[in-house]
Amino acid sequence: MVKKIFAKGFIYLMLLLMYAPIILLIIFSFVEFDHIDFRQLVSGENINFNLYKELFTGEDGETVVQAFKNTLLVAVVSAMVSTILGTFAAIGMYYSGKKMRKAYEIGGQIPILNPEIITALSLTILFVFVGIQFNFITLLIGHVVLTIPFVVLSILPKLKQMDNNIYEAALDLGAKPSKALTKIIIPQIMPGILSGFILAVTLSLDDYIITAFTRNNSFVTLSTYVYGVTSKRGAIPPTLRALTTIIVVVTLIVLLIINFTSGKKPMKKRGTRV
Amino acid sequence: MSKIKFQRKFLAIPYGIFLVLFVIIPMVLIVVYAFSNTDPVTNKTTFSFDNLTTFFSNSYNLHTFLISLAIGLGNTLICLIIGYPIAYILAKKEYKFNYIIVLLFIMPMWINFVLRTAATRDLLFAMGLSGGEHPYISTMIGMVYNYLPFTILPLYTTMLKMDKSLIEASMDLGANKVQTFTKTIIPMTLPGIISASSMVFMPTMSSYVISDVMGERQISLIGNIIQLYFDQGLWNLGSFVALILLVIILGFMIATRNMEKEDNVRGGLW
Amino acid sequence: MKNSNKIIELKNICKEYDGVLAVDNFNLYVKKGEFVTFLGPSGCGKTTTLRMIAGFEMPTSGVILLNGEDISKLPPYERPVNTVFQRYALFTHMDVYDNIAFGLKLKKIKYTYVDKKGVTKEKYRKYTNEEIDEKVRKALKIVDLEEFEYRDVATLSGGQQQRIAIARAIVNEPQILLLDEPLGALDLKMRKEMQEELKAMHKKLGITFIYVTHDQEEALTMSDTIVVMKDGMIQQIGTPEDIYNEPKNAFVADFIGESNIYSATMVGDKMVRFINHNFVCVDEFELHEKVDVVIRPEDIILGNENEGMVNGKLISKTFKGVHYEYVMMVGRNEVVIQTTDNFEINKIASISIDPFNIHIMKKEFTVNKYSDAWIDKNNNVVISEEPFECDITQLVPGSHVDEEGYVVDQHGIKYDFTDADVIAEISLKDIEVIDNEEDGIVSGEIVSIIYKGDHYQIIVRTEEDEDFVIDTEYTWNEFDKVSVKVDPKKIKLTLKAEVKEYVKD
Repeated sequence: MVKKIFAKGFIYLMLLLMYAPIILLIIFSFVEFDHIDFRQLVSGENINFNLYKELFTGEDGETVVQAFKNTLLVAVVSAMVSTILGTFAAIGMYYSGKKMRKAYEIGGQIPILNPEIITALSLTILFVFVGIQFNFITLLIGHVVLTIPFVVLSILPKLKQMDNNIYEAALDLGAKPSKALTKIIIPQIMPGILSGFILAVTLSLDDYIITAFTRNNSFVTLSTYVYGVTSKRGAIPPTLRALTTIIVVVTLIVLLIINFTSGKKPMKKRGTRV
Repeated sequence: MSKIKFQRKFLAIPYGIFLVLFVIIPMVLIVVYAFSNTDPVTNKTTFSFDNLTTFFSNSYNLHTFLISLAIGLGNTLICLIIGYPIAYILAKKEYKFNYIIVLLFIMPMWINFVLRTAATRDLLFAMGLSGGEHPYISTMIGMVYNYLPFTILPLYTTMLKMDKSLIEASMDLGANKVQTFTKTIIPMTLPGIISASSMVFMPTMSSYVISDVMGERQISLIGNIIQLYFDQGLWNLGSFVALILLVIILGFMIATRNMEKEDNVRGGLW
Repeated sequence: MKNSNKIIELKNICKEYDGVLAVDNFNLYVKKGEFVTFLGPSGCGKTTTLRMIAGFEMPTSGVILLNGEDISKLPPYERPVNTVFQRYALFTHMDVYDNIAFGLKLKKIKYTYVDKKGVTKEKYRKYTNEEIDEKVRKALKIVDLEEFEYRDVATLSGGQQQRIAIARAIVNEPQILLLDEPLGALDLKMRKEMQEELKAMHKKLGITFIYVTHDQEEALTMSDTIVVMKDGMIQQIGTPEDIYNEPKNAFVADFIGESNIYSATMVGDKMVRFINHNFVCVDEFELHEKVDVVIRPEDIILGNENEGMVNGKLISKTFKGVHYEYVMMVGRNEVVIQTTDNFEINKIASISIDPFNIHIMKKEFTVNKYSDAWIDKNNNVVISEEPFECDITQLVPGSHVDEEGYVVDQHGIKYDFTDADVIAEISLKDIEVIDNEEDGIVSGEIVSIIYKGDHYQIIVRTEEDEDFVIDTEYTWNEFDKVSVKVDPKKIKLTLKAEVKEYVKD
């Protein structure tokens, strides 16, 4: 019993430590002050919602919101590309011969094993070599390289769990290959596709190095913006504290919704049938 | 028969092309660039070992390399020491901790890691530890903070797959708790330890964001050198440094090839 | 030419995977409404054949005719046959209704109508929702799962899932229903029930069933016709009674039911000798021909000492519920007997066998014959890519081998047999099986074991797919990795070409 409490306590202490910086940002999102300073909290001065106001109306806020929009745009578009390409890839790999599958697997392992900086540098050299200007597309390619192996890895196990004959059963019942794919295989592996997509978005949101190397310098994302300021000993832009809080709250709500809805399947609607 | 019929394996072809274009060819280019030089006047590219000599003759580079190695090893060790018991507790079925795994990994990543690192810096500063005064300590804290989840994940997945009855068998055969730990649990979780190490060590050495933000640019790591060459457009030298990292990775993989199980523990959670 | 009686016909079907024949010259026709079972051990090609009928695999050569039309090249979705898979292959993301309606929703049915000008035309349409509803209900009724329409398939038991899989197939009214070991995943009791139901369903629906199983009992109870397969080849086609009572060879006899199999010799007109005794039989074979004899354990009459034809000692007795099973030693041969009578063991008893119950088969293997062997430069014969030492002088009577390795005959003529193609023959008794894979000349895996009273006949298959059939007294297990060795003097060689072609000048 004591052991169990100790174990649980240890885990929660660790979680608290891991989240401490984020909690700090959330607390100080209500303190209108340039730096994070506990004295401000103690004095109780400047505690207000002004940073939120600033985020949506102020000049500084505009930069932050634009950077956030850019970050989200890259994350969603690259995750979509990765998910589509990765889903087809996983299905194709699953039905490939042993040798081909191994080749795809090794190719996909390279970006996973490589530190981000090598992936970033190698892509940069490629773009320089072919003479392509850095633009949104090069940035997208960078993020797809970063995320696609993980999408494939999250879908492959779902294919392995699937009954081997299921595709043949669809053909047997009169479905053409394209129909068997869209009506049977893709729905069967949908959970893997979804978690692959979420993972791709997550990895893309978290990234800095690949973004920094493959973007056009005029395209500012959250990570490049924050690095630009904080690596020069600058403080985190205060409005970002407000944005962080909003992101955390939204993610928490989404997580809670997922938690409550999974397991409870909504009743399917039936048209003409009684 | 001349018509090529649709086969499911064809679906992977776009991925294959993508991998060749944006993974394989860039890797080859790194090797090519590492061993060639472009004359700035004639614009002619020739094979050369210049990058090798330039890199190793610079004592600053060597110093940076050694510091990176030390920080990389140190961070790996600390992450393993803290992460191992966490993974062990999480993997015990009796506590339902799966949601914590999600909390540990997914949630923080939605707040970009540069921002998280900067917030850590501010927290330490608010508590009286200035990155400017203690660059090494604050950099190490930043590294551990960032890479701990990546240590826990592979350890956790290996431990979940571990056959718990082997521990009981070990006890049953007369091993005490310490012996069971060193002779049974550690060897069984070795694939996870290796995987965790590979996920921490190389990124620690090569990342420059954490040291820049936490150490207020007083510490230079290999990543800084690559980034510096990148900023100056010195692709050949940058490639050579990247190649050194690649050789280290390759060496690590060959050394641990037999120890890591076939199913990749990294992909486990997803 | 349409033959209304034959619904499907397979002609000279071969299927090759990476140079290995999985199905070898398969010829079969199935009559309309028949229940045909492909029976054989795993890897015998039965499932591959079924998959070729369904269209999942294309035959390497040969044709498949459905109602006289060649369907060999048609994809599965254009064939009017449906399959019930071993592990059901239900679509788990759909409910029972959608699973069964899947094929119906895709189907286009032909209908004729009269247009404005009064011309009769053909058009295609889909089933209406009402039609689909009705068909799904009917199919569910047939499999006894009414009211299950909106259940999630994952919540159903194995038996129920199997019924849904059957309903999903038969709802499309296929001309042939293919069943690939459909009961393999069910427990024994469930399996027996489903066997009965499938049989009843077959009668009721009148659809032709082609059923694949490795379970001989299942095959015997359910089928009109059984096709016994081994190594991609048909061993025997017949009714369950034929197959059981008149097995064509030792393999079929051994695979179907329990049996005593002995090597025997014809010693007279309708007289065969085995277990050191002459028995009267009803089959006619040539005098002195080596044959295999099969006697079912329940066909042997056990009696007290000296009452029967042969005496022997009962060495074991096992109670099997309905009957006892005894093992009697007659000389060095074991005889398995099943009877309801009670006898004491370790006593001498006697057996007698009705001539009708002695089934005599042509011997499948009397000698190992390798027709694509050749001689290498060291005067070894190469079989299955490995050199075996042999006596090369037998190719030229009265010859010897000189120091240079040439064969020299009495007249001093030199022969060079390097690369000569020969036929090598080795008797079954002359091959030695060795436990260790490295110690013999060629290694392989034991793929078949048949007990023949006082010895086992085993087949060792090498990686090159060459078989060594061996008679041995020792017990081996299937899939054992072994190697084989042959006494050089015991390899009989025959040149394919004339001997004079090898004269060295």
